[in-house]
Amino acid sequence: MNIVVCMKQVPDTAEVKINPETGTLIREGVPSIINPFDMHAIEAGIQIKEKVGGKMTVITMGPPQAEAALRDGIAMGADDALLLSDRAFAGSDTWATSYTLSKAIEKLSADIIICGKQAIDGDTAQVGPETAEFLNIPHISYVRKIEDVSENSIRVQRMMDEGYDVVESAFPVLLTVVKELNEPRLPSLKGKMVAKKAVIRKWALSDITADENNLGLKGSPTQVKNIFTPEARSGRRMLEGTPEEQVDALIRELRGIKCL
Amino acid sequence: MSLIVDTSKCKGCEECLASCPFDAIVMKEGKAIINEYCQVCMACVGACPEGAITEVEREAPKSADIDAHKGVWIFAEQRSGKVASVAYELLGMGRKLADALNTELSAVLFGATGSAAKELIRWGADKVYKSDDPIFEKFNDEPHAQLLTSLIREHKPEIVLAGATPLGRSFLPRVAARLRTGLTADCTGLAIDDNTRNLLQVRPAFGGNIMATILCPNNRPQMATVRPRVMKRGKYDEGRNGEVIPVKSEGLSSRTKVIETVKEVSDFTINLQDAEIIVSGGRGLGDPQGFKLIGELAGLLGGAVGSSRAAVDAGWIPYRHQVGQTGKTVCPKIYLACGISGAVQHLVGMQSSDIIIAINKNPEAPIFNVATYGIVGDLYEIVPLLIKKIKGIKGIA
Repeated sequence: MNIVVCMKQVPDTAEVKINPETGTLIREGVPSIINPFDMHAIEAGIQIKEKVGGKMTVITMGPPQAEAALRDGIAMGADDALLLSDRAFAGSDTWATSYTLSKAIEKLSADIIICGKQAIDGDTAQVGPETAEFLNIPHISYVRKIEDVSENSIRVQRMMDEGYDVVESAFPVLLTVVKELNEPRLPSLKGKMVAKKAVIRKWALSDITADENNLGLKGSPTQVKNIFTPEARSGRRMLEGTPEEQVDALIRELRGIKCL
Repeated sequence: MSLIVDTSKCKGCEECLASCPFDAIVMKEGKAIINEYCQVCMACVGACPEGAITEVEREAPKSADIDAHKGVWIFAEQRSGKVASVAYELLGMGRKLADALNTELSAVLFGATGSAAKELIRWGADKVYKSDDPIFEKFNDEPHAQLLTSLIREHKPEIVLAGATPLGRSFLPRVAARLRTGLTADCTGLAIDDNTRNLLQVRPAFGGNIMATILCPNNRPQMATVRPRVMKRGKYDEGRNGEVIPVKSEGLSSRTKVIETVKEVSDFTINLQDAEIIVSGGRGLGDPQGFKLIGELAGLLGGAVGSSRAAVDAGWIPYRHQVGQTGKTVCPKIYLACGISGAVQHLVGMQSSDIIIAINKNPEAPIFNVATYGIVGDLYEIVPLLIKKIKGIKGIA
């Protein structure tokens, strides 16, 4: 069994602040973390490996410093790590990112590919399904439970609006996973030692077979036109008095705006 | 658009390095260089004291095919034969876009029954492309993607919209990948640029910290998923006429198979992302029983029950109720937060709600920073009182 887990190093968006004067992001002191959903993807990969055996590779497309995230993946239990890094990948949107990832994954002949549901910096949730399409394999989104996995197929629960679907697929398949799936393990001491010494494979454009017109900024159909800060919330009213008075005031306000 | 450093102006002060959320700026021979990880967030532009970082428009040839694409399409998602509410919202927005472009509005309906297609026309569609293929009874991504892709190739719409629902966000990416076009996720605003006829797509990024306007200038169709409950429905016109076009669905296949669809019986049945009112509980509830109170208030208001991560992690309520960075992003008309302190991870999931009511013991709780109305007090005093008074108003004993 060949398991590939896609991961991404992201700024911790909960720590990102906006400079109110310039309307730009303040990066200072914002740590880089592994996209939280990807932690659950890694854990899922390890559990599948433990059950049916095989090899698990973590892969990321990112800057040279994203190597640190891959080492964390190895510390948790990945056998191999691959960093996709090249200037030609500059400014990729979800289409170009998925295209590039698929060209690398193609060479890994994966049976099962696992991604986090979405990355918290972009929140698009598109790279997983788009990658599956480029690889011409099926995908199952929002996996919240793996009911059964064998050498040839997998049966999972897919979270939907009002419950879940039980979905089955033969391999190869791509899964995107939600937080509910599992509890990511902490790396063992041995794992950390292995990760420290691990040699991270690095692939550039020359290591994959890709059409350069489909890469990076040039290959990206979408463009960011501009960025702006959402309107700040204003006009907060604190409702004072006894609980009774507070509740009465709230009801008055809600009736005033016809919400009651 | 991309960012470049004018090396003649760059003095190598490294101010820009810390400003970059993506670590996309490196120093080389004393000058800053923006590398491939740049997401054009513009943070560095303001950070550079020399004004050395500027935008450059990228030149990409417009596909000759662009002018051949006409019309606005919406994908009308159905669940168990019933058209989802977001489809009518898409028709409301789609109608405006189509009118601005002076073109037709069409809906695409897979696996629907009865009068669903006629309803779409009454809500603003000029045409409905409809497939009754039984393959659409259960949701599988591949047949959805296959048929929508082939319809788009045949009829060449310039804009395709779908709901940013679990279903839309799962299969639309496959369509965009096949068509080699852009897809903008989870839009909260759409408009037409009068000069270029391009679709301006506004969406939150960085957990709602910033908004971005996205363009897809050189590929067609321009595709977007649109957040439920953001767009307004149009006018319902019972006498409105339109054309229902049955479509052929040959050669559809799915490599995934839905074995079973399970509706989860919950005390709180309304779907969070569809709800106009959400009553949420957090750590301040103290124990799982607190959600009975939250559920009672939500039920009374016809709303859904949400929660903070703390309450989910404590096992008081299932994960699908979680609002925030690793849960759901919601934007109801009213968000009532009870005993939620308002960690940033929670705020990013709900701060675009129209009205936020916060009830918390701690006057310093960050939830009050985003609140429209704040009540400092014990939720176990306030909420029962609120329930009692609302019951009084509604005439429920």
